[in-house]
Amino acid sequence: MQTVQFQAKFDFLDEIREFVGNIARENGFDDQAVYHIQLAADEAASNVIEHAYGGGADGMLEISCGVKANTLTIILVDHGKSFDPSEVPLPDIQADLGDRKIGGLGIFLMRKLMDEFEYVSGARGNTLTMTKRKA
Amino acid sequence: MEISTQEFKHCEMIKVKGRVDSATAPQLAQALEKANEDGKYKLVMDMSELEYMSSAGFRALLAAQRNAKKYNRGEVVLVGVPDRIREALELAGFTELFKTFDDPLHAVGHF
Repeated sequence: MQTVQFQAKFDFLDEIREFVGNIARENGFDDQAVYHIQLAADEAASNVIEHAYGGGADGMLEISCGVKANTLTIILVDHGKSFDPSEVPLPDIQADLGDRKIGGLGIFLMRKLMDEFEYVSGARGNTLTMTKRKA
Repeated sequence: MEISTQEFKHCEMIKVKGRVDSATAPQLAQALEKANEDGKYKLVMDMSELEYMSSAGFRALLAAQRNAKKYNRGEVVLVGVPDRIREALELAGFTELFKTFDDPLHAVGHF
């Protein structure tokens, strides 16, 4: 498992996608899976920067990523405001244009793109764990 | 991310290249708003050289489509959507909200 720390700023999203993308590629994930993993990591980090830290640049965001037994794991730790993912309403992806809600899309995509999604909030911060198995 | 615009008789084509994420999506949103401010609501989004788009970009497209379709004054259509991005748009249920074209000429001809 490799770990890197980033300042909680949108400017680092490129590097975050590269970090998880390289590990996925080195471990034989195909282009489609690499894209899914990068998108899920981006959505997770964007949520932390926007919601946990409210857009302020002082927070830190720690990302670990590794592959074991054909399963890639991403662990994201932050020390900002926690949230309850079960309380984030699912976006209605059938709704008409005018009724489409903007929020919740990131979490929805993470759940769709990855095999497992778990969020735990405790004394050591908020920890989001996502896994994806190699096809 | 790079944005360029091209005027046609009945619509404007906005080409977005590179990567759209939370860092760059505000620029895309701004370009779309600028078109609206200039009274242009018939918009073709050329995505053929787009490498990546997160939900931040989807939100910008959604806002633009809402604004364009208000009072039936226009529409945003997409052209040359790369497979990976199309797949993510589909997961998000966005493909039903936008007409998509493979050929820019067909997209422009739609208006």
